[in-house]
Amino acid sequence: MRRPLPKWIDIGVMPIINIFAAFVVAGIIIALIGENPITALSVMVKGAFVYKGALGYTLFYATNFIFTGLAVAVAFHATLFNIGGEGQAMIGGLGIGIVALSLDPLLPPLLVILLAIPMAAVFGAIWGMIPGWLQAKRGSHIVITTIMFNFIASSIMVWLLAGMLMAPGQMSPETRHFAEGVGLLQIHQIANAIGIPMARSPLNLSFLVALAALVGVWVLIWRTRLGYIIRATGHSEKAVIYAGHDPAKIIMITMAISGGLAGLMALNEILGVQERVILNFTSGYGFTGIAVALMGRNHPFGILLASLLFGALYQGGAEIDFEFQTITREMVLMIQGLIILFSGALALMFHPLMERLYGMIAGPDSITSPPKTKRAEHG
Amino acid sequence: MADIWLQFLLTIDATLRVSTPLILCAMAGIFSERSGIIDISLEGKMLLSAFAAASVAALSGSPWLGLGAAILVSMIFSLLHGFACITHRGNQVISGLAINILASGLTVTLGIALFAQGGQTPYLSSAQRFSAIPLPFADTMRQVPIIGTIYAEIISGHNLLVWLALLSVFVTSIVLYRTRFGLRLRATGEKPEAVDTAGISVTRIRYQAVLIAGLLCGIAGAYLSIAHGAGFVREMTAGKGYIALAAMIFGHWRPVPALMACLMFGFLEALAARLQGVDILFLGPIPTDLILVLPYVLTVVLLAGFIGRATPPKAIGQPYVKER
Repeated sequence: MRRPLPKWIDIGVMPIINIFAAFVVAGIIIALIGENPITALSVMVKGAFVYKGALGYTLFYATNFIFTGLAVAVAFHATLFNIGGEGQAMIGGLGIGIVALSLDPLLPPLLVILLAIPMAAVFGAIWGMIPGWLQAKRGSHIVITTIMFNFIASSIMVWLLAGMLMAPGQMSPETRHFAEGVGLLQIHQIANAIGIPMARSPLNLSFLVALAALVGVWVLIWRTRLGYIIRATGHSEKAVIYAGHDPAKIIMITMAISGGLAGLMALNEILGVQERVILNFTSGYGFTGIAVALMGRNHPFGILLASLLFGALYQGGAEIDFEFQTITREMVLMIQGLIILFSGALALMFHPLMERLYGMIAGPDSITSPPKTKRAEHG
Repeated sequence: MADIWLQFLLTIDATLRVSTPLILCAMAGIFSERSGIIDISLEGKMLLSAFAAASVAALSGSPWLGLGAAILVSMIFSLLHGFACITHRGNQVISGLAINILASGLTVTLGIALFAQGGQTPYLSSAQRFSAIPLPFADTMRQVPIIGTIYAEIISGHNLLVWLALLSVFVTSIVLYRTRFGLRLRATGEKPEAVDTAGISVTRIRYQAVLIAGLLCGIAGAYLSIAHGAGFVREMTAGKGYIALAAMIFGHWRPVPALMACLMFGFLEALAARLQGVDILFLGPIPTDLILVLPYVLTVVLLAGFIGRATPPKAIGQPYVKER
């Protein structure tokens, strides 16, 4: 007997089943390679939480994923698929670089930082808004445009970092270091200063910005007029026009917010750790944001949990490199692909089974057929 | 003068070599997308098949087995894409993206497990690869001005898969526009209800389409690792799948215009490689990065309708739900 799933199963149980499926497949691959998947998992868990400073690293990676995950989620609420987080983050980093490199000889460090932070968001927002404009006004598909914009951003970075922004007397494509003090404080420095012992890790103040962004997005999407219109645009453009709004404008605003959030990722990597602009500092985190948003069901709380999971995976993956000969951190990329597959593209695969199971446990329902319209949705 | 002519010929020759995987992938994309299934996993399938080809060729010593393995692996992932998008009506972009990320992780993980060379496969000898086929009289023809040099430099000396890529354009055109299957496939991408009403299974047509796409991507991957290159290197596709996607859009989802777009994008890449480090008078080195980005910029401009307009198949990206 089938029975439509209650909300708590849909939100609470289904993601766990999907992640579990991804881990099972990954485990099978590891076993085929000839390593013990359980040992690998325990090494990862230790590497992510137990060892000294491990938790700091996990939260450091999670910070990246909160930003890029939120970026994807905000766009999703307007049914826009922003694959361009990677490029938007790169350009966000460029924004920080331009402000820091041009102003650090002139202004005190604190002022430079305060000017650089919004620039990350502004640059990312512009890089997100152009595809939004192209979709809204010129009808080009946002998926294709954002893919192209990732490559364009990457080329711009190579061109600038190996050209006019390259540090003098340097061979690798990167800028000079920012002036002393132009960077975000690391959490362990703060903790040690006030007398709490804490192991070294790159976790920095961006983490707090990320938490603020989580709350901010929640307020925006569910507690403001704009958020309501964004969600309405996702459901029915006609209704939005009828209500007197311009969907084109909403699409552009949504993409700007989305791009801005992705741009903020650069805070963590550039201002938090590198204190200079380097090539490929985004390392695919923009794409991980898609997995995070899918798993977190586009809700800030879900995104927080998914970011922690991926933070742990990335940090645990680094530990795998030390402990094993035959498996490396690329395994994490594989798991990530599987998670996107199971909780994104195959999100509905386990639904009929769960509906049957639930029907067996909970007994027959008065409404026997599951709502068909719900099932056609993705995500 | 003769030197410039030779340089030009060599650039055109390189264009053909660089364009080959683009052409194969663009044709793959055309089959998939004309049936209504978005395929951004061209990149991932090409990477997976490049790895499969190099691994099998290295282990067995036969390029033909390598090619077979490449095609098989690529088709398996096409089936996965179809399973997610056609059977389970999943989001086609997400499925494609998942395959691309999975491919990045899987190739390196398996590569290290198999060969312990940091994700690469061993260097392949010429017997394990598809080598260049010199056409008859190429050397004697070289003496003949213009026509002879064109024959010797551009037409002669390509490996089998280059010819296969060019053939694939011809075959794609015929299949798409001159066969019953092609008509049905195009109809499925435009108006699946009509196909369904005619008593033809939309599901079946779409599965056939993605499988053909898998076959072509497989050849493209094999070309990269066991014909053009001599082994697999991690991330060796380096965005070629996306450039092929761009070329397909540039060619309005039609085989011959897509071929032209592939050749144009290939020419830009070949040109950039040749101009690396060359100075223009008074302007300093040519910014080759900016030449390489042109395919992406041009695609954005085209999609925005500033130079013509690219209209995708009508039913693209929408899972087909049979009405009851």
